[in-house]
Amino acid sequence: MNGKVVTITSGKGGVGKTTTTANLGIALASTGDKVVCIDSDIGLRNLDVVMGLENRIVYDLVDAIEGRCRTSQAMIRDKQFETLFLIPAAQTRDKNAVSPSDMVRLCDALREELDWILIDSPAGIERGFRNALAPSDEVLVVTNPEVSAVRDADRIIGLVEAEEKGPAKLIINRINPGMVKRGDMLSADDVVELLAVKLIGIVPEDEAVLVSTNHGSPVVLNEKSRAGQAFADIAKRLKGETVPWMDLDEKDGFFNRIGKMISGGS
Amino acid sequence: MTSFLEKVAGKNRTSSANRAKERLHLVLVHDRTDLSPEDLRSLKDRLIAVISDYVQIDAGQTEIQIETDGREQTLIANIPLKSPRSRH
Ligand SMILES: Nc1ncnc2c1ncn2[C@@H]1O[C@H](COP(=O)(O)OP(=O)(O)O)[C@@H](O)[C@H]1O
Ligand SMILES: [Mg+2]
Repeated sequence: MNGKVVTITSGKGGVGKTTTTANLGIALASTGDKVVCIDSDIGLRNLDVVMGLENRIVYDLVDAIEGRCRTSQAMIRDKQFETLFLIPAAQTRDKNAVSPSDMVRLCDALREELDWILIDSPAGIERGFRNALAPSDEVLVVTNPEVSAVRDADRIIGLVEAEEKGPAKLIINRINPGMVKRGDMLSADDVVELLAVKLIGIVPEDEAVLVSTNHGSPVVLNEKSRAGQAFADIAKRLKGETVPWMDLDEKDGFFNRIGKMISGGS
Repeated sequence: MTSFLEKVAGKNRTSSANRAKERLHLVLVHDRTDLSPEDLRSLKDRLIAVISDYVQIDAGQTEIQIETDGREQTLIANIPLKSPRSRH
């Protein structure tokens, strides 16, 4: 097998990297692909709770790298999908416990066994980011339609290019179509124009994301969720499929709701 | 559906999103080039001084700006030369 290493990164924290990693992992595994999600945010373990696997952890990333366990022992199998695994971050170590060449070695071994190796990068541009970038074949930069997140995304896109890991692809998360319409939020077009990179996903702001995270069951499993649908579309694009862009206006915005009420739609 | 109300309440040139876009555009140019507006002003002054050693230029009309094409930035200088006739 010759698995692909995809790094999910951002610059600014809290924009949706971990949410994206968990959802892409599930969406890819649900088609039968073998997937491992690696939480590379050492000291700030998060992906385990978002995936709902926090009670199953025995070994972690640093254990695997330092040889305290076999790599397969650090891979926790998902509750629902047989072909989905998580390698959790170490919680009690710091980011210097892992080096970029450690990550390259680990991922080279994983490539033999899996179709996809998704790396959830920590925020920032330091060691943790370098670790997540070093083994990468494809980089997804997550941002929000907001000035500081876009600025930091630009910085990261530049660094990815400088490391010859580009061109990065962009995910714009937490778009609120009503606010865009009112002129109070940057549109996806605005962000793409500013950053001048290729877009791979637009994910709407969706309360279902928080609800599903509360349950430890990522939103892509919820067929009614718009954000879930958007993550499923990104997974298809990663696999090389052409997927039309979702109509974000649908079911959204005051005027649309009124319009639908008048015309008797649901 | 675009209603009348929507048009009235909708986007206009001074929307906060447009402000954000304009501000980001300037910030990104300077982040990418590591040139502040102050750097650009002093670069312009020194350029004018150096070029004036060789040829007479119209310093008042000289313009220096950074143009963006995708993720590439280009420094564009527009330096009108004074015609030899106006020399004494
Ligand atoms: N599309 C979305 N709609 C609503 N909330 C979201 C969305 N994406 C992420 N969130 C919320 O934003 C917060 C930060 O997301 P997270 O994935 O942890 O970001 P990061 O890993 O980049 O720090 C979480 O509370 C998450 O539930
Ligand atoms: Mg995270």
